[in-house]
Amino acid sequence: MNDGRILIKGNEAVAYGALDAGCRCYFGYPITPQNEIPEAMSRLLPENGGQFVQAESELAASAMLLGAGSCGIPAMTSSSSCGIALMQESLSYMAGSQIPGVIVNMMRGGPGLGDIGPSQGDYFQAVKGGGNGDHRNFVLAPSTAQECYDFMFRAFRLAFTFANPVMVLGDAIVAQIKEGVRRQPPEDALTADGYAALSAPWRLEGHGRRGPGATPRLLKSVYLAEGSLAERNVLLMRKYEAMRAHVDWEEWQCEDAELIVVAFGSVARIARSAVRQLREQGCRVGLFRPVTLFPFPEAALRRVARDRRLLVMEQNTGQMVEDVRLALDVLARRSSVSWHGIMPGMFIGADDLVDPILTALRED
Amino acid sequence: MSRIVFLEERCKGCRLCVEACPAHIIRPAGRFNRQGYEVMETEGRCTGCASCALMCPDTAIRVFRDKSGGRPA
Amino acid sequence: MQDATSDERLRPGAGEELVFDATPTLAHKPTHYCPGCHHGIAHRLVSEALDELGLADRAILVASVGCSAFSYDYFNVDAVESPHGRACAVATGIRRARPESIVFTYQGDGDMAAIGLAESIHAANRGENITAVFINNTVYGMTGGQMAPTTLLGQKTTTTPLGRHLLGEGGPIHMSEIMGGLAGVAYAERCALDSVKHIRQAKKALLAAFSCQIQGLGFSFVELLAGCPTNWHLDPVKANRRISEEMIPVFPLGVFRDVREERKQSEVQA
Repeated sequence: MNDGRILIKGNEAVAYGALDAGCRCYFGYPITPQNEIPEAMSRLLPENGGQFVQAESELAASAMLLGAGSCGIPAMTSSSSCGIALMQESLSYMAGSQIPGVIVNMMRGGPGLGDIGPSQGDYFQAVKGGGNGDHRNFVLAPSTAQECYDFMFRAFRLAFTFANPVMVLGDAIVAQIKEGVRRQPPEDALTADGYAALSAPWRLEGHGRRGPGATPRLLKSVYLAEGSLAERNVLLMRKYEAMRAHVDWEEWQCEDAELIVVAFGSVARIARSAVRQLREQGCRVGLFRPVTLFPFPEAALRRVARDRRLLVMEQNTGQMVEDVRLALDVLARRSSVSWHGIMPGMFIGADDLVDPILTALRED
Repeated sequence: MSRIVFLEERCKGCRLCVEACPAHIIRPAGRFNRQGYEVMETEGRCTGCASCALMCPDTAIRVFRDKSGGRPA
Repeated sequence: MQDATSDERLRPGAGEELVFDATPTLAHKPTHYCPGCHHGIAHRLVSEALDELGLADRAILVASVGCSAFSYDYFNVDAVESPHGRACAVATGIRRARPESIVFTYQGDGDMAAIGLAESIHAANRGENITAVFINNTVYGMTGGQMAPTTLLGQKTTTTPLGRHLLGEGGPIHMSEIMGGLAGVAYAERCALDSVKHIRQAKKALLAAFSCQIQGLGFSFVELLAGCPTNWHLDPVKANRRISEEMIPVFPLGVFRDVREERKQSEVQA
C-alpha cells in the first residue's frame, strides 16, 4: 500500500507494536490462534538486540515474564485462553509483588480445550483477576489490527506506570484478521530511558549498580506478619482504584439512540456494521464499546444509558453483561439491560446481529 | 594458643560443633541463651582449625588463630 | 547479648588473626531454621562463594517455596520471590533481561524436583547461564515432613507412614545424574553438608558453579545433601550420620558434568 500502511495480521501487529514500544524480551509457548506472535518475535527481537525464549510451558513463560519484569525490563508473553489459565499463577504473584508485564490473550473457545475459533469467554478470567487472591489486571480490548499495534504502547506504559500486569485481550478474529496497519509509534511512546526512570525505585539489578552501601531490594508477595498482608492489599486496592484515570471507551451514534448495543473487541466491530445497517433503515440504535475492560467504563456507561435500553452482545454465555448490570445498578429501574450471546467458536457477520438488535428495540 | 568465641545469642544448641572438633574441646556449658538453647564452651587446647565454625549452621563461632604457631598441618 | 568482656574477646588480640567470621553477603541475623538444619551452612557457603568471586554487588537471588522461602532474608543481595517450582524460569527471565547480572536460585527438593522439575530441566537444557543451588534433604520441611521426590525407599514420612514404596510412590529422583546428562549443563556436582571435609568440597563446587556462570558456559548446578533433624526425628548429630550412612550410598557424591576444560579447548580450536 502506498498510504504507509502494511497488510498484516492482528498477531503480527501485536509483535510490531511490542517491538516499537520498546519490548526487550518475549517468553511464550505456542498455541493457536496466536502463533504468529511468537514467530514474529523470534525474528524481530534477536534482530534488535532483544531476547526470545520459547518456554517449556505457559507456567514457565509467565514465570520468565515475572523474572524479566522484576528487573525493570519491558517484557511480554502471549497465549490463548487455556494457556492464559496456566499463567494465572505468575500473574497473581506479579500483582502481589508489583512487577510489570504485558500479556496478550487471543481468546479461543472454551471451556477446556474448546476450539480455536473466536470467543470472548475469558472476560471473567481477564477482568476479575484470574488467579488466586485479590488482584486485577489492567485489560485493553483491541478490535482491529491497527489497535493491536497501538495498544501495545499503552500496555507497556500502563504496566510500568502501575507496576502491574496488563492484559491485551483479543480473540481469534482480531488475531487472524489481515488488514492495513500504520506502523507509527505515538509521540509519547516511552523510550528505554523512560522505562528505566519508571522502574528506578524498585527494579532488581544487583545492589552494586545503585552505588556503594546500597540496600538490597526484595520483590515479594508473601506477608505473614499479622496486618502486613492487609496493608499490602489496601495498597493494591488503591492502585486498582487509581487505574480508573485511564479508563477508555467509544460511543457511536448514541446521542439520539433508543437502544444502545454494548459490545467489546471483535463483536463491537461487527456490531458497528449492524448498527450502521439499522441506522440506514431509520432505527435509532447506537454502540457503546468499552476499550478498557478493567477499569470498566462504568461512569460513561451510566451517562450514556440514562433511561435507554441496552443490549449487551458478547461471544460467551454471559460475562460482561454482569459488569454492565452492576454499573447501572442505581438506574436499574429506569434502564433495561438485555443480553444476546454468540456461542464461542462461531464466526458471525453483521447480519447475524441485526435481528437480535431489532428484537430488543421492539421489546417494551 | 588459638581460640574460638561463641556468639551465644546465635547458637541453637545443635552440638554439631561438639562432634566436629577434632580436639574434642567443645562441650555444652549448662547455660542457656535468651532463646532457651544451651550454649557451648571450650576446655582444652584449640588449634584454630575452624572445623567447628565450618560445621556451625548458624555462623555462631568466630575463630582466632595464634600467629606464632599451633597451626595445623 | 554479649557482655563487655566477650565484646573484647570478639576482636583479635595481640599475635592473633581472625580466621573465621561471617562473610559480608551473609546477613548477620539469626535464621528461622531449626537447630542443626543445614540451610544455614548452605547459605554461608553460597555467600562466601559470591564474596570470594566478587559477585555480590551484581547478584540476584531467586527464592523458592519451602523452608528456604525466606532465604532472601539471609543474603545481602537483590532478590525476588518465585512461584513454587518456577525459580529456574524466573531466573531465566532475569538473566535474559539483565545479562550482566549473576543469577542464582536456591531451591529445595520439592521445589526443584517435584513441582518445578520441568522448569529446572528445561532451563538446564537451554544452557541458561544461571546457577541452581539444590538442597536435598529427602523430605518436605516447611509443610511438616511429607514425602519428597528424593525420599529414600522405605523412608517413613507423614505421607508415607509405612515407608516409601517404589511402585506407587516412586524411587528417589537423582537430580545431579539427570543434570549431568543434559547438553546445556556446564557443571553438575553433588556434595554433602554432613562433615567438615564435605563442607569444604561443597564450597569448591559452588565456586566452580559460579565460575561457569561468569564465563558464560551454561547452566551450573550444585546439589547439597542436607539434614532435616526435625522431620527426620533425629538429633542433629544423628541426622548428620544418616547423611553419610543412608543418603550418600543412594546419592553418590561427585562431579556429574564439567565442561570447563572442553569448552575452553573448543574455543581455542575455534
